[in-house]
Amino acid sequence: MSTQTQPVRQKSPGDWLTSGPLRFLVSIGVPVIAFLFLRWSFVLLRDQEANRILVAFIALTIGVFGVWILYLLTYYLTEQLPERLGERVRPFVFVGPAMVILFIFLLYPIGHTFYLSLMNADSEEFIGLKNYRTIFTDEQMLITLRNNGLWLISVPLFSVSFGLIVAVLVDRIGRWESTAKAFIFLPMAISAVGAGVVWKFMYFVRAEGEIQIGFLNAIITKIGGSPTNFLETIPLNNLALIIIMTWMVTGYCMVVISAGIKNVSTEVLEAARMDGANELQVFFRIIVPIIRPTLITVGTTVLIWVLKVFDIVYVMTNGRRDTQVVANQMYTELFRGGSVGLGSALAILLLVAVSPFIVSNVRELRRRRA
Amino acid sequence: MNRVLRERLISIINRIPLHVAVIGLCLIWILPTLGLLITSFRPQQAVNETGWWEVVKSQEPTSTAYQTYCTDCHGANLSAVPSIDLGASDVVSGFTNTRRLAVTFNREYNGAVHIPEDQRPDDESLREILDYLRIESGAIKMPPRFTVNNYKDVMVGYDARGGTYDQACEEEGPTPTRSCDFWEDATRSDAIFKGVLNSFAVSIPSTILPILLAGFAAYAFAWLDFRGRKVMFALLVGLQIVPLQMTLVPVFRLYADLGLNGSFLGVWLFHTGFGLPYAIYLMRNFIAGLPREIVESAYLDGAGHWRVFRVIIMPLALPAIAALSIFQFMWVWNDLLVALIFLGNKAPVLTYQLSQLMDSLGGGWHRMTAAAFISMAIPLAVFLLFQRYFVRGLLSGSVKG
Repeated sequence: MSTQTQPVRQKSPGDWLTSGPLRFLVSIGVPVIAFLFLRWSFVLLRDQEANRILVAFIALTIGVFGVWILYLLTYYLTEQLPERLGERVRPFVFVGPAMVILFIFLLYPIGHTFYLSLMNADSEEFIGLKNYRTIFTDEQMLITLRNNGLWLISVPLFSVSFGLIVAVLVDRIGRWESTAKAFIFLPMAISAVGAGVVWKFMYFVRAEGEIQIGFLNAIITKIGGSPTNFLETIPLNNLALIIIMTWMVTGYCMVVISAGIKNVSTEVLEAARMDGANELQVFFRIIVPIIRPTLITVGTTVLIWVLKVFDIVYVMTNGRRDTQVVANQMYTELFRGGSVGLGSALAILLLVAVSPFIVSNVRELRRRRA
Repeated sequence: MNRVLRERLISIINRIPLHVAVIGLCLIWILPTLGLLITSFRPQQAVNETGWWEVVKSQEPTSTAYQTYCTDCHGANLSAVPSIDLGASDVVSGFTNTRRLAVTFNREYNGAVHIPEDQRPDDESLREILDYLRIESGAIKMPPRFTVNNYKDVMVGYDARGGTYDQACEEEGPTPTRSCDFWEDATRSDAIFKGVLNSFAVSIPSTILPILLAGFAAYAFAWLDFRGRKVMFALLVGLQIVPLQMTLVPVFRLYADLGLNGSFLGVWLFHTGFGLPYAIYLMRNFIAGLPREIVESAYLDGAGHWRVFRVIIMPLALPAIAALSIFQFMWVWNDLLVALIFLGNKAPVLTYQLSQLMDSLGGGWHRMTAAAFISMAIPLAVFLLFQRYFVRGLLSGSVKG
């Protein structure tokens, strides 16, 4: 989609020599100056014992206007360059700062984390692949991996199936469709911590014989069962956590799948019904095959979310009673006095796990361009 | 006419299972949140004694048990026996629990046992009688069905086991940790209101900064030609999926050197870094889809890139900016991990406070549900107001963070 608004330029080595460093300069100028300025204003205001929130908002105002003005300033400077040189440097005024920030916050840390994963607990000694060996041999780690496997299979399966069912159902109810959708989608808007409170209350249990104020146990005791501690009973507790995530992401699946269903032409459906297909046949033989690509996309997205699931486990059980998952284990290793090396190795493991999706995304981009 | 009516009727009846299924699903999905909302408005005692779904039940104590066991002697108006006037609040206040009431059954009145063993009420009826007496005599006031005290308590971070912030201030007055001035107490660090402020202080800049930077970059990716453009964009697409966790330790150490841990600035920059790939990707696709003629005619008129960007591109890209802002805002507001690591208790945001509350079960369900609902109120409001934009942001294929 690029535009060739400028005439084709001839490249000469001399041009490149001068434009190279300049590109670098305009790229790095905005972030560095903005950062120094923001920090300076923070320190200045902090010294005056002002309210932190007030400091934050003043810094923000200065920051946003400051960043805008910095861009404008660098742009103005490139206008003063000779025409050809300016034309080459100018794109970097726009794209450079973002790229520099990406380098600092994404590219450099990935490399650094890989380096740390080859070091020991306090990052002082090189120990090669030992951390990776620990991940695949340590008993506790194997439980963690098993749990992640469990999540990876069940959450996408449950949420995509539910999402599909709901999408098909609400597609037929007409006037109230968007209201029904909003109900299902609502949990997507709240934080995993908030969802944690919601479900901890649902799962809440008291000793047998007392009044149960947790909804699920109230039902169980009402029909004559004995109260169940959902979060402490192995292996039920893993399922209890998985249900929370499913509850949260089903709305997303429904919305995307619903958009897909709307694209299935009504003529095809009518033709099938004319030929005597019943609704179940229409669903399994026509709708599902047509929207298969959508289902796969949605499933992958949920899969990637599940890989990184952290908050739910952290607030509900913090990995107790065999409910640990990789992301929470990693947090414990990195920031709660565990082994930084091991934590970093787990992070790399996550990256390796998502890398197929990174590759397929980039390929998809290439394909669309070609 | 008759046939049309019949067919319509049949189609309505045919659709009943469908409607029942949809309504059932919606109910199941909303039920957990509904329970939270209702509980947050109930007084502590009620929360602990009955499930939230019983909130609609009548609270009036029933008089059946009293009528069965007591009316014969004490009368329907409670005051038939002058020496033990059950209609007097000070008499009833003496029965601090059911056992105190049961003890009187053994005493002798007029030469006979008060109530013979085989005629005594069971525990449940006893409870009912006492509740009835308490309310009727005025010994206790009927507790309100709903209250906002839970919200008040968490807003100021009051977490004593019994009572409420209002009661404590009325009875004990100010203490070193409590000034009893609502807004002063509400800005102490463990107060949820402070968390709300902190969450805003984190979320708003973390929304504006990445979108501003992304706008510039997206313009370049969409309309300018430069060295490494394709490589950089492919990199962006790949980086969208990189797990947040990858970068925590290196950035944490970098921040330690720069003195940025525990500061808003550090969190803003981190969220900016992480929001950028998706923001640039979405904005570029939108900007590249704008009609070429508009932009090209502007170039022909001699407008520079800056002018085109500010006057033409930015206003036209507003829908994308709106979708992106809402998506990014919700993401940052709901985030726990980044706040946990880079802010912690130095500037506790809502999600952090809530996770701490859950850890300690601070103050019981009546307060925890209130705190949770405060944390959910903003995203829910944003979602209900800007549903379309939020969904659009999601649909554009986000697998962020």
